[in-house]
Amino acid sequence: MSETLAVELVGITKRFPGVIANQDVNLDVRDGEIHAICGENGAGKSTLMKILYGMQPADEGTMKVNGELVNFHSPKDAIARGVGMVHQHFMLADNLTVLENVILGAEPGHGAIDFAEARRHLDEVGEAYGLTIDPNDLVETLEVGERQRVEIIKVLFRGAKILILDEPTAVLVPQEVEELFRNMRELKAQGHTIIFIDHKLDEVLEIADRITVLRRGKTVATVEPSEVTTHDLAELMVGSELPSPETRESTVTDHVVLEVRGLTVDAADGSPRVRGVDLTVHRGEIVGIAGVEGNGQGELVEAILGIAPVSAGTLLLEGEDITKWSVRQRREAGFGYVPEDRHRRGMLLASPLWENTMLGQQSRVPFVKGGLWIDKKAARERSSMVVSDFDVRTPSIDVPAKALSGGNQQKLIIGREMSADIRVLIAAHPTRGIDVGAQAAVWESLRTARSQGLATLLISADLDELIGLSDRLLVMLRGAFTAELDPAEATPRILGGYMTGAVTESGQG
Amino acid sequence: MIKRIGYALAAPTIAAVVAILLSAVVLLINGSDPVVALQAVIEHGTQLETNIEALNRASALYLSAIAVAIGFRMSLFNIGVEGQYVLGAFMAAAVGAQISLPPVLHVLVIILTAMAVGAVWSGIAGVMKVTRNIHEVISTIMLNVIGVAGIVSYLLSRWKVEDANLDTKLADIPASGWMPSLNTWVELFTRDIKRVQLHGFVLVAVAVGIGYHLLINKTRLGFDLRATGANPLAAEASGVPPKRTIIVAMLLSGAVAGLVGLGQLLGVDHNYNLRFAQMLGFAGIAVALLGRNNAWGIAFAAYLFGWLERASGVLAIKGDAPREIVTIMIGVIILSAVIAFAVVERRRLADMVRQAAAATQEAPS
Repeated sequence: MSETLAVELVGITKRFPGVIANQDVNLDVRDGEIHAICGENGAGKSTLMKILYGMQPADEGTMKVNGELVNFHSPKDAIARGVGMVHQHFMLADNLTVLENVILGAEPGHGAIDFAEARRHLDEVGEAYGLTIDPNDLVETLEVGERQRVEIIKVLFRGAKILILDEPTAVLVPQEVEELFRNMRELKAQGHTIIFIDHKLDEVLEIADRITVLRRGKTVATVEPSEVTTHDLAELMVGSELPSPETRESTVTDHVVLEVRGLTVDAADGSPRVRGVDLTVHRGEIVGIAGVEGNGQGELVEAILGIAPVSAGTLLLEGEDITKWSVRQRREAGFGYVPEDRHRRGMLLASPLWENTMLGQQSRVPFVKGGLWIDKKAARERSSMVVSDFDVRTPSIDVPAKALSGGNQQKLIIGREMSADIRVLIAAHPTRGIDVGAQAAVWESLRTARSQGLATLLISADLDELIGLSDRLLVMLRGAFTAELDPAEATPRILGGYMTGAVTESGQG
Repeated sequence: MIKRIGYALAAPTIAAVVAILLSAVVLLINGSDPVVALQAVIEHGTQLETNIEALNRASALYLSAIAVAIGFRMSLFNIGVEGQYVLGAFMAAAVGAQISLPPVLHVLVIILTAMAVGAVWSGIAGVMKVTRNIHEVISTIMLNVIGVAGIVSYLLSRWKVEDANLDTKLADIPASGWMPSLNTWVELFTRDIKRVQLHGFVLVAVAVGIGYHLLINKTRLGFDLRATGANPLAAEASGVPPKRTIIVAMLLSGAVAGLVGLGQLLGVDHNYNLRFAQMLGFAGIAVALLGRNNAWGIAFAAYLFGWLERASGVLAIKGDAPREIVTIMIGVIILSAVIAFAVVERRRLADMVRQAAAATQEAPS
């Protein structure tokens, strides 16, 4: 490792209305190293990387790439200097082939695309990187890990020597993470510099040469993995001890609240997404569902809630057949829902908090009076209660929901569902994209509700969260439950094996 | 609190100033003296009769805009108010002329007929959207053509009666189906009114405005409508039945649309004729936009439109400027208002985000 600096950021400051995303941030990345950027959500990692990639201008500070002062106005400028970025959310066209996706926006040839030249160049890059995908495959047929490789190759194809990877492991199961790390080491061996964002600390310690920690928009420290433990890193990130999602003693009863029998859900095109699954959730129990995204968890949740039509099977709520009930009937019977995507399914972003507190419960007391009218006073009281009980940080209950940070929005959603009179809670990724403090608060709420007898179905991509909170774990693969595990014996590795189908279970389930 | 009032007043003030300045520029380009023109408009516009005519016009625009706003509130773009009100008024006039009932009841039947016809006409678009996923903009535009150019024109030629002036019209509604003018009531507070009649139907517009305000802001149905407009996916997950809500919103919108032409019909003409005011449905879209779908805002916008139309007539008469200048001015006002509101809203939101961020940092963590 040489001492030349591939990237040198000095005194970077970036302000957004009401928020300072980066404040006097310094970052040195040596040539040919793997440099991790750690920090809680909202610590300013992504903003810093967007500045480096030319997507946003810094308000103050200077940037040097390979020792030269640069001033990027767009990603194009960054790429010209050999800086490329792979975003957390893939930007691939599903109906194009791998080759077409790679050359999209950087097509060789004048006028007509020179596919032969493109193919030759891709083979070169692919060979160097160890690409095992057929360039003529359609992207829609690829697995998540493969799509990520296409994204990385896209950046390499454009000649990037410095790669920025924004939370590359967030979407991968443990086995795929290992594959990614192998590839990253390969790239490093070829002289590439990699900057990657992550907040899974054991991963960071495994792969990084050096680690820079950000907290509240400021650089806290740059350390080497040999000097620190995950515990030290966590303390650097939050300034205090990390909470854990451990559940205490079991509160499971033998009273079945929600029962799903032979549930089948078909997509709009007729293809089956959920294939005849059986599921029971007892009072006081949290049933966790693990699975790589897109294996039918979303459809299962929507069918239980009544949004997605059921093709076959029966849903029972404490013995009563609710298969044909509308969403509203189910809500009124006591279904709580924490949606996977809070902005899409969970909030009215432009509406004030007190109206958002009603959402999902607007047809029930205390929000209605006389059957027809909205009880604004009661709604506001409930909203104030949720805000104080669930520690939603807000100047008032009259601000629009979009003024709050993600963690506070999520606390509001959890709070409004929990404070309603519910029997079943369906929580999909309840801590996705929120900071550690809010995460601990959400876990605490789920545990409290469980001890008070709530039947909870928990879907999460955070395997530690699933193992820590659940009383029972189910693994969902291609629309069916392929394994049932005792969380006391499960580890993320074991779960990962079932989730990818590498390991299969016989006899149980 | 002071800040809130400041934000509320900022947009209309900015819009008014910008609109007046731009209108002056338009007048200058046209070669007229903006000061003279403005004086003439104000002089004419402050007369009682002008304002009564403006109020008549405004009440029709108000109903039209409320009909549009009901759809807007849940992101339904009912462009079909035009067809719904023309068809509704035509059918109501036809029915009203054929029946004889006691005074109040007769008027009531005419009003209900217009509402029912309007609701059926918009309901068709609602059913098409729910069952076949046909966008309401397409279907309501088609229904406008079918309703106005098709059905009304055809039936008018079939059912018309000719009077001494060879006017093409439907038969007169008997006096029991008329709505009295409000002139005597207004005259209690002002001087005698010359020439013009204040439509009794203005009161219906007021009642609809109150009803709209209560429905949208105070009822469960209103919350469901607003939630669907703000975020249809979240509304669905919260238990709002999407299809039923679309149908209900379209029916309500169409029913209110049916009322738009009745002020003229019940108060002045007492029959459907070729002078029946058209294009109010499209103007209602602009009024609803300017009024930001708010019962008070729409009232203000409707009166502004009505007043500008009436007060500006003097420009053409006195030869200071062509009447079309007013159309340009109205366009300028809408644009200024929409932009001013967007700018102020952005500032207000940024302010709230700042407050929320401050609250997060002050609280102990």
